[in-house]
Amino acid sequence: MKEKSRRGLSKALTGISGLDEITLGGLPRGRPTLVCGGAGCGKTLFGLEFLVRGATEFGEPGVCISFEESGHDLATNVASLGFDLEKLQRTKKLVIDHIYIDKSEIAETGEYDLEGLFIRLEAAIDSVGAKRVLLDTPEALFAGLSDVGVLRSELRRLFGWLKEKGVTAVITGERGEGTLTRHGLEEYVSDCVILLDHRVQNDAVTRRLRILKYRGSTHGTNEYPFLIDEHGISVLPVTSLGLTHGASKERISTGIAALDHMLGGQGYFRGSSILVTGSAGTGKTTMGAHFVDAACRRGESAILFSFEESPQQLIRNMRSIGLDLGRWVKKGLLHIEAARPSSFGLEMHLVRMHHLLAEHRANVVVIDPISALLPGGSAHDVHALVLRVVDFLKQSGATGFFTSVAVEEDMQSTSLSISSLVDTWILLRNIEVNGERNRLLYILKSRGMAHSNQIREFLLTAHGVQLRDVYLGPGGVLTGSARVAREAEERRELLRQQKTDKDRQFAVKVALRSLEAKIAELQAEKVARENELAAVIGEDQEQKTTRLADRDSLRRSRGMIDSSGRSPRPNGRERKP
Amino acid sequence: MKPAKQTKAKTANKTKPAEPRYDLRLYVAGQTPRSLQALSNLKKICEEHLAGNYRVEIIDLLKKPQLAAGDQILAIPTLVRTLPKPARKIIGDLSNTERVLVGLDLRLLR
Repeated sequence: MKEKSRRGLSKALTGISGLDEITLGGLPRGRPTLVCGGAGCGKTLFGLEFLVRGATEFGEPGVCISFEESGHDLATNVASLGFDLEKLQRTKKLVIDHIYIDKSEIAETGEYDLEGLFIRLEAAIDSVGAKRVLLDTPEALFAGLSDVGVLRSELRRLFGWLKEKGVTAVITGERGEGTLTRHGLEEYVSDCVILLDHRVQNDAVTRRLRILKYRGSTHGTNEYPFLIDEHGISVLPVTSLGLTHGASKERISTGIAALDHMLGGQGYFRGSSILVTGSAGTGKTTMGAHFVDAACRRGESAILFSFEESPQQLIRNMRSIGLDLGRWVKKGLLHIEAARPSSFGLEMHLVRMHHLLAEHRANVVVIDPISALLPGGSAHDVHALVLRVVDFLKQSGATGFFTSVAVEEDMQSTSLSISSLVDTWILLRNIEVNGERNRLLYILKSRGMAHSNQIREFLLTAHGVQLRDVYLGPGGVLTGSARVAREAEERRELLRQQKTDKDRQFAVKVALRSLEAKIAELQAEKVARENELAAVIGEDQEQKTTRLADRDSLRRSRGMIDSSGRSPRPNGRERKP
Repeated sequence: MKPAKQTKAKTANKTKPAEPRYDLRLYVAGQTPRSLQALSNLKKICEEHLAGNYRVEIIDLLKKPQLAAGDQILAIPTLVRTLPKPARKIIGDLSNTERVLVGLDLRLLR
């Protein structure tokens, strides 16, 4: 419950969401804190939430001295925030004392002091053992009592007395002209001063909180936007976030297979932020829908903030390209939050995102388009907003997908201010050639992954987005019909080529075949010659044999043949016939 | 002194058949010089202007702090005229008799 800062100043947690982070542990314990601001800026609520949270969450009963509203009015006012003041009073955790002075029924004569106030306050504190006190706002006394001198010295005494009493007090004060409070309460309460403010910018109200002073402690010094909604006050310390978020190595699909392929084959990094810039009608929302669809398919939770289309319209439109977002909504995986950008100020949008993100524990957040918020603020505001969105999404580990509408001509320059904040930046462009408009997609950057440098044609089909390679012709990039024509041309070319190839093959084959025929012919001739040769040889042999036989028979007939059948060769010689 | 006064006022009330016309309460916080001053001033004024027709109750908030809220007491001392209606409050030590008389609507009586 107690949190000590480095310097050892004891602090009391307020329980107000975000404030304890900025103050590094809450308000100074045992000291008064001045909360000032204009009418309707949430001073009373701030004080009451401080008391209620103290009583319900930190076991510190409280006393509320209201100088303006009755206890019943206060209870009614904060009932919508879930604060049950009457129950807290019944259970002795809270005392509300309404102190009012009606100048018309009071006459002043002679000296007096405000001991009655002290007595009432002390009695109230003692009755519940209060540790927290709200005075809302003692400045009302200035309207009821004419002796300002007495009043001032008594207030000074009161704040001193509160310190002595050791209660942590919140004192509210209406903002005066040129001064923090109308009657200079800041002179007496100097330990901690918190300034609340609400400004109207472009018809939207933004509430801001700033810690003007916090004696003895470091604190966030920026102006922090805050919001009053059904959860009470929420301060957003998002601007104070550092670059300390972790980085996941996990990759998640873009929902478009071809785009996954372009992004190193695996898609975006989980927890990264993706910006899709394009002019009107380039398919930005569709890409977002694909991404959401892919997340829901994985069973993850997603939120789609739509600033242009109602949930029903979005679901219907996505159905036309084969994406059924309705079933994810029914399953509770997808929450589509649609609001006109002008409904609230920038900060309010941010806070709603915060709440929804926490509520749905979303893994994937799509903001379509983030540029819708831009007209609501200056370039600086928008940069700050995007920075905060990116930071808080990263802090929560959610993957952020933002679309941004940009004019074709200066697409890159307008987005420059936010481009450095995102990890993956995809550009969608329209090109107009040959009487038609076609979509092109390319990845301008994608941190930490090898990604394609190619321009792809982006097609919306009945089965979702498809990416096609584009053709680079002499006249530039070819898309759409030109690409189709080119593809047909290519096919024809291919056919022609194939045909030529066939012809040539055929010709060679024919030549080969004729050669083969020739070879066969020669072969046959060769065989014939060989046969002829064999025949000649056989003939010769036969003739020889016949001649020998003839000679033998001749010899025999001459009787010159011996018994052995061999003709005697007296001279060993034989004369040929 | 104060309790005595209170009892005296009450007994006076009981013994008298008619209700006193003026019902007054003086809120103090302990016996401070200012409280005593207020009390003596009040006594003097009452005796002078409302003789026999008043009742004064003195409430010491140090002893009964819970009574402060009922009459919306803030300043000390405070004199409250509960009767006749409407209620009137006079804060301070009642040193300015004229203003006290105006505050109590007694100026008309004379």
